[in-house]
Amino acid sequence: MTNSTKIYGWGRYPQQDAYLHTPTSRASLELTAKQQNSILARGMGRSYGDSANALNVLQTTYINHFIEFDKVTGKLTAEAGITLREILEVIVPSGWFLPVTPGTSYVTLGGAIASDVHGKNHHSAGTFGQHVESLSILLGTGEVVTTSTQHHADLFHATCGGMGLTGIIMSATIQLLPIKSSLISQKTIKADCIEAACEAFERNIDATYSVAWIDCLSKGKSLGRSVIMLGEHAEQGGLEFDIRQKVSVPFSIPSALLNSLTMKAFNSAYWYRAKHNVSQTVSLIPYFYPLDAVGEWNRLYGEKGFVQFQCVVPKLNGVANMRKLLTEISNSGEGSFLAVLKQFGTGNENLLSFPIEGYTLALDFKASEAAIKTVKKLEAMVVEMGGRLYLTKDAVMQESTFKATYPNWEKFEAIREQYGAIGKFSSTQSKRLGLA
Amino acid sequence: MKRILIIGATSAIAEHCARIWAARGDALHLVARNEQHVQVIASDLKVRGASEVTTYCTDLSDMDKHEELLSGADYTLVNVDIVLIAHGTLSNQKSCELSVHETLAEIQTNALSTISLLTIIANRFEAKKSGTICVISSVAGDRGRASNYVYGSAKAMVTAFTSGLRQRLYKSNVRVVTIKPGFVDTPMTTGFKKGVLWAKPTTVAASIVKAIDKKKAEVYIPRFWQLIMLIIKVIPSQIFKVLKV
Repeated sequence: MTNSTKIYGWGRYPQQDAYLHTPTSRASLELTAKQQNSILARGMGRSYGDSANALNVLQTTYINHFIEFDKVTGKLTAEAGITLREILEVIVPSGWFLPVTPGTSYVTLGGAIASDVHGKNHHSAGTFGQHVESLSILLGTGEVVTTSTQHHADLFHATCGGMGLTGIIMSATIQLLPIKSSLISQKTIKADCIEAACEAFERNIDATYSVAWIDCLSKGKSLGRSVIMLGEHAEQGGLEFDIRQKVSVPFSIPSALLNSLTMKAFNSAYWYRAKHNVSQTVSLIPYFYPLDAVGEWNRLYGEKGFVQFQCVVPKLNGVANMRKLLTEISNSGEGSFLAVLKQFGTGNENLLSFPIEGYTLALDFKASEAAIKTVKKLEAMVVEMGGRLYLTKDAVMQESTFKATYPNWEKFEAIREQYGAIGKFSSTQSKRLGLA
Repeated sequence: MKRILIIGATSAIAEHCARIWAARGDALHLVARNEQHVQVIASDLKVRGASEVTTYCTDLSDMDKHEELLSGADYTLVNVDIVLIAHGTLSNQKSCELSVHETLAEIQTNALSTISLLTIIANRFEAKKSGTICVISSVAGDRGRASNYVYGSAKAMVTAFTSGLRQRLYKSNVRVVTIKPGFVDTPMTTGFKKGVLWAKPTTVAASIVKAIDKKKAEVYIPRFWQLIMLIIKVIPSQIFKVLKV
């Protein structure tokens, strides 16, 4: 049974009516997919814009079972609808961790693969897809195939990062990372401008994890001042693990409370509170998923929601280009509570995977006409710089931008054609970006 | 470690209870109709930490098989500590009204099969003087309403039966827990518009496991349903008959 419901991504913008299909088993999933002309898999709805929006969405909520976990080798097989959070609860006490994790544990395994997500260790570990041993996918032809870098490699590289447009991922096997402790040794470094921040990344390239909170509202000399957080898995401290009770934002905050004044105050306070060159030991959860503790933090942006902007610019001229982008953002005065800067390592073979070697910047804008104008301006600048935008965060990118900055899109379309995905699997985003 | 028999193990509520027990390292015996589905759940529960998972497939409306099914459970689990009875269907009220056969079939699945199982389990537990029996009834059993009185009357029977059984078995140290969930967002209810009264199966399951741990008698989940049903029950029938609730 289905009914029409309003759906939207984590940014709560844009919203649309959709028919939700919620199969309870892999067998009924196949049947549901067969019955629809066009459908799109949707997990936790944590992509920000419209990449999980479609008229017919197949919710993978109940396709969330573990299949096998080998505690000796660290190989885990599970259905695509399981969340990283559920996986963590099982693997951490056994001495294993996710090889790559995004900033929230409330995403599904299938979503992590479809977005080819990256984490604070991208410079050393690459993306999530690079740790997938194999995955099983339902094609537009109704066939279920198992694919890996060895088997139907073209399909595999199109599916990792393929935004669900090649088929419906049903299950996957990933290789986990061994850990000796559920603690992280964290070191904080303050950098008083964007140049100093990028230099700090370069100097600490051997750190396993590195990410910076960046003040996107400061100007002039202190433009791009950042608090860089480095992390290593601790050697000691036991494997105890407790996913704490979360505090939700119970309703949408009146958006007037979130204005340039409060944001400036927040950003300054964050900067002055941080202490330079301080080391401490913290638990995994607050280190990797600080916002998970705040439940539905997206409601902080009010009823109209927000748009996320995440770009990457190539390393060559990267620092100078970052300064240009930050100047534009701080002049617009639209910026956000939370902006994140990170240095990426080299890209991978996955056709629509976002990361390329260089610097990535992510921030939110409260949804408004002015903000969308700023985002469009930034988009044009990023194209000029030879960078690109992250599909998982996008809600407004133009078709021409996509096609110019993801040069593998034609190869991607050819593979979709070959495996019967054209017309069968599409999203509101894929249509906007001119994919068939 | 507890040994737990789950009847209707593929229901969303039962599955989420099983996940909580699995994480505690309990031994689980799953009874369900769909072999493929229950195998998927069994593998999942093993990864989640269950010390042992066994399965048994049967159509629970075939009451002649209940004796055999419960002997199997006793054998596999040596001694059952907890039984959770969670199977059932959400009757289609409209088509029941048009068919005696369908009405009786719904009563059979949601009431008679549960009572058949309870009769056998009660005698076993009474003899060994221990155990907890938890049955998922429904708030729908508190008062028959035009929109779902076939399902509601089956659940009313379950509620009344477990109430009596609880009294009878109390002196034998056997506890009977009656669960009355309100609206739960499960595959069984995908066709419904969801509002603020709807609870997630994970929340409901956590409350059920807690009710069993604490050996509660009758529990509304979430608790505000107790107040809602109290109000619904005190409305005089002369007035109730014209209401659309």
